[in-house]
Amino acid sequence: MSVPATAEGVLRQHLIDPEICIRCNTCEESCPIDAITHDARNYVVDPAICRTCNACIAPCPTGAIDNWRRVARASAYTLAQQFDWDVLPAQEAVAEADPEIPQDVARIAALASAGQGGASAPPWSAAHPYVNLHTPQHPAVATVSGNLRLTGEGASSDIRHIVLDFGSTAFPVLEGQTIGIVPPGTDAEGRPHHVRLYSIASPRDGERPRYNNVALTVKRVTEDHEGRPVRGIASNYLCDLEKSAPVNVVGPFGTSFLMPNHPGSSLLMICTGTGSAPMRAMTERRRRRIALDEGGKLMLFFGARAPEELPYFGPLLKLPAEFIDINFAFSRVAGQRKRYVQDLLRERGADVAARLRDENCFVYICGLKSMEEGVTRALRDICSGHDLDWDGLLPALRDGGRYHLETY
Amino acid sequence: MSGIDYSEKIPNNVNLAGDRTLQRALEHWQPNFLQWWAEMGPDGSQDFDVYLRTAVSVEPSGWANFDHVKMPDYRWGVFMTPADGERRIRFGEHLGEPAWQDVPGEHRANLRRIIVTQGDTEPASVEQQRHLGLTCPSQYDLRNLFQVNVEEGRHLWAMVYLLHRHFGRDGREEAEALLGRRSGDTDNPRILGAFNERTPDWLAFFMFTYFTDRDGKFQLCALAESGFDPLARTTRFMLTEEAHHMFVGESGVSRIVQRTCAVMNELKTDDVAALRASGVIDLPTIQRYLNFHFAVTIDLFGADQSSNAATFYSAGLKGRFEEGKRDDDHRLQGATYLVQDIADGRVIEREAPMLNALNEVLRDDYIRDSIGGVNRWNRVIEKAGLPFRLAAPHKAFNRKIGTFAKARVSPDGRVIDEAEWARHEREWLPTSEDRAFVASLMGRVVAPGKFANWIAPPAIGINRQPVDFEYVRFN
Repeated sequence: MSVPATAEGVLRQHLIDPEICIRCNTCEESCPIDAITHDARNYVVDPAICRTCNACIAPCPTGAIDNWRRVARASAYTLAQQFDWDVLPAQEAVAEADPEIPQDVARIAALASAGQGGASAPPWSAAHPYVNLHTPQHPAVATVSGNLRLTGEGASSDIRHIVLDFGSTAFPVLEGQTIGIVPPGTDAEGRPHHVRLYSIASPRDGERPRYNNVALTVKRVTEDHEGRPVRGIASNYLCDLEKSAPVNVVGPFGTSFLMPNHPGSSLLMICTGTGSAPMRAMTERRRRRIALDEGGKLMLFFGARAPEELPYFGPLLKLPAEFIDINFAFSRVAGQRKRYVQDLLRERGADVAARLRDENCFVYICGLKSMEEGVTRALRDICSGHDLDWDGLLPALRDGGRYHLETY
Repeated sequence: MSGIDYSEKIPNNVNLAGDRTLQRALEHWQPNFLQWWAEMGPDGSQDFDVYLRTAVSVEPSGWANFDHVKMPDYRWGVFMTPADGERRIRFGEHLGEPAWQDVPGEHRANLRRIIVTQGDTEPASVEQQRHLGLTCPSQYDLRNLFQVNVEEGRHLWAMVYLLHRHFGRDGREEAEALLGRRSGDTDNPRILGAFNERTPDWLAFFMFTYFTDRDGKFQLCALAESGFDPLARTTRFMLTEEAHHMFVGESGVSRIVQRTCAVMNELKTDDVAALRASGVIDLPTIQRYLNFHFAVTIDLFGADQSSNAATFYSAGLKGRFEEGKRDDDHRLQGATYLVQDIADGRVIEREAPMLNALNEVLRDDYIRDSIGGVNRWNRVIEKAGLPFRLAAPHKAFNRKIGTFAKARVSPDGRVIDEAEWARHEREWLPTSEDRAFVASLMGRVVAPGKFANWIAPPAIGINRQPVDFEYVRFN
């Protein structure tokens, strides 16, 4: 794929804002291939030469350099036109199918939300998400500022809490959004690896508040869904990262699985394994705001094989019961019967039904594809036992932005 | 090796650790520098966390790294554009010869003088600006002031490195003296006139960073051509930082003009008293500040006829701006240049040997460049639909150095007598009332996203951060 093109015949043309530019020549100096030139009036980028390597972006003292217009390739702004400008032209409509979201990402997102019948509306009070600021062609480069094993020594799985720092690169995220990781290198056929999506596990203001960082919950994949040994490319790459290592990141993605922000809003969260990442992000967001006393309750159903396999088990136990109602389900603890999240949901059926009725309660489900069926069956059963009609309720929940399911 | 090692006492990309004597000498100078910074650096900025740009390598991708830095802990270091080993001298008698990695004995005194003169301006401007933080119009501007200041400090380091590394005991003494002189001190002033003027208010600061830091750009560009390769590589990297300083000036003045125009349109008036009463700086006052800073700055280029300039050029010590883009013989023997003079009561042009007129050549390049920005300010006024236009004064106006120093010349270039000068001086140069009025507007505004009434917010924040970002944490 040619570098600046994001779709057939469409160019993301690099332009310099003549109203902000101070003609300091820094960009021309820093361009490695002489794509930038100037006359007595303006500094301009030659679309025939520029490969969007972005070497000029950071050195520009004004920010004038960071301007882009989508244009039909055949009618890219010429140097003569650019020399003549006093202001940048507005973005004109370019005929094209939404080319921005990478195909990989669209495919995974469609699969993940298939269980609820496609993406639903976000909560009405969700913050506006930024999406797709960084593409596979132009990923953001983050650095690893932490990589910590969450699961106990004896656990069968290696689940890690990985913190990525974006330094001075803009990467604004909301709880529930995902980011894409591009493992370096190529696959057996010599093609670049596919993008892998991970839900962020930290709240919007960062794992370390007010620093530009996000946390991920990553399980090292050593077997496939059927238990056959397989080495996950991206998860092993991430789990093995040393501190300070650079990582190519794309995104953020996701405009639906977002938390409500209005006072009095409640969350019903159902997850297994690393599906806890968005729940942890939302819980942490609320925890940091406890002092604001905004009202609303949190209820969590969390399933894993055993306590030592449960990411964030320790910190969760420290949260006060009046803040969050936590229900753990363990399926493989010696001497105890197997319990799954759907069993717990049924046990707490009255409370769950009350929450489904509550206009201010928003439901989030995240985990392996295999939990989807059990959980929806449990919800259906709870409804029928409490005078609710699941099949009528579900579309209303979805349209009202109150039901969000992501499984993989 | 272009990566910068921040774990060393003095961050550098010049392999300081490989020269113990030099390293010790600089480590000896370092506490004196820090002492100078504590005494003469930004007033009352102790313990502030400031969102600053720090170089982590001299590659384009590495020299603009943004983070909050505790003010006195900024890591000043020694950075140079990497040597390419192939560089050849592009002008003068040594045209085509390999650039020198060491100082040639016969040019030692001249090179030292060039480096000391350049180095002296760096701490001088920090001294001139040290009280401005107390009257900043916003957090954004305060951050920009500190960025300018720490980088001027770093430019001092760059020159001191050259003095220590290449000029032995003389160099070390000169490096000490750079910390000894004080801007505006009658007994031990800074070397150049403009660097002994006061920078009493933010309009003066923005004019200074627009005009006087642009002089820095042209001097650095001329030195980046030098046959003495370490000087060329040092100044090449300094230029990348200098651009931000000019940005602060150009956008600062532009935002003041924008705000004034908005109020002029709101009140539908150009009445100076009415505008001043509503707390903005009237355009004629801005023009008078412009006149002052323009004239003071073009004096910095030196006498219009200078045998020193000829020597520096022919010897390969200091080139012209964009030497590589000029298509003459780069030796200039026999070449001529049109210079201005005064004869029969008016400004005339005459031909002079170009070698002797090289200060004038650089000054004219500078004037062309600085007028571009003045025109961009005018576009702000034009956009507001107002008829006023700012203009750079004639190059003979209010000069203190060179042929025009003894004459009185109006901003439009007429030679006038003392009486006419006296009648109009208050229209052409800032009066004490102007300065007092501007000073009266200078109150400190530091709430994130808030701006003083006399200046518009910037179009975009620093490093894509929002305008109301917390650029400074006061702790």
